Amino acid sequence: MTTVAAYDEERLGEILSALPPAPEVWVGAARDIPLREQEIDPIVERADADEDYRRRVIEDPAAALEEADVVAHVDTIEILKRRLDADK
Amino acid sequence: MGMDAVEAMGLRVELTDAQLVARCRTGDHQAWAELVDRFSRYVYAIAVQAFKLPEHDAEDVFQEAFTRAYENLHKLRDDEAIRPWLAQLTRRLCIDRLRAGSAEQLEDEVEIPDLEDTMARLDESMTVHDALATLPDNCQEILDRFFARDESYRTIGDALDLPSGTIASRISRCLTRLRVEMEGRNLGTSPS
Repeated sequence: MTTVAAYDEERLGEILSALPPAPEVWVGAARDIPLREQEIDPIVERADADEDYRRRVIEDPAAALEEADVVAHVDTIEILKRRLDADK
Repeated sequence: MGMDAVEAMGLRVELTDAQLVARCRTGDHQAWAELVDRFSRYVYAIAVQAFKLPEHDAEDVFQEAFTRAYENLHKLRDDEAIRPWLAQLTRRLCIDRLRAGSAEQLEDEVEIPDLEDTMARLDESMTVHDALATLPDNCQEILDRFFARDESYRTIGDALDLPSGTIASRISRCLTRLRVEMEGRNLGTSPS
């Protein structure tokens, strides 16, 4: 349980100042994570079913993403690598 | 009346953390966006204030924290504990980032000055933000703009179409409402 101290208005203002917003672009990218994961799903499913394809994806994940018409953003590459690793 | 019925009437419903997590698990992208909105400042502050990461490292940690949260949400044992879980996840990623950027081989624990104090301050701020979320929209907006976004009276006045001379008194009234809300929570959480 969070301990709630006594507050006056000045202190409340100071506390509110401690949490400025994150950059909007970062927040937008984080909101889109489910969409990025969905784009990768077919690649992961195919890799699960086809060992040769899995090897090719592991060797060159960027090429695999481009082949699947997915933008090979560095974050997307990392997600793909991790998911293939997790599925081993 | 059920929550869906309330929403169907166009009323805004503030979901608890646990309700939000439960909705995310069903694949509700809107709920995920709301979860990101609710915790984005917290994750950002941990990276930038508690661990003092430079902006580009903080951005990587920020995206990684939410990506891992999304992928591992099913592993969260207590849905209400999403905040500490996310904090722990972010802290680990920050430490990994500091280790990776260090020329020296760091020991198990990376020493961060004032880390626990900063984390306590951020947690307290999240609690106050939770209380802020229960106030009317106009109060939320003016307090957030003035304190968290550090906007001037003039900028706030222009954005909200208010005379600059009334901003200070509005802020004061809204702070009083926030204090009353916090005192109500205090009473609610005091041991009997």
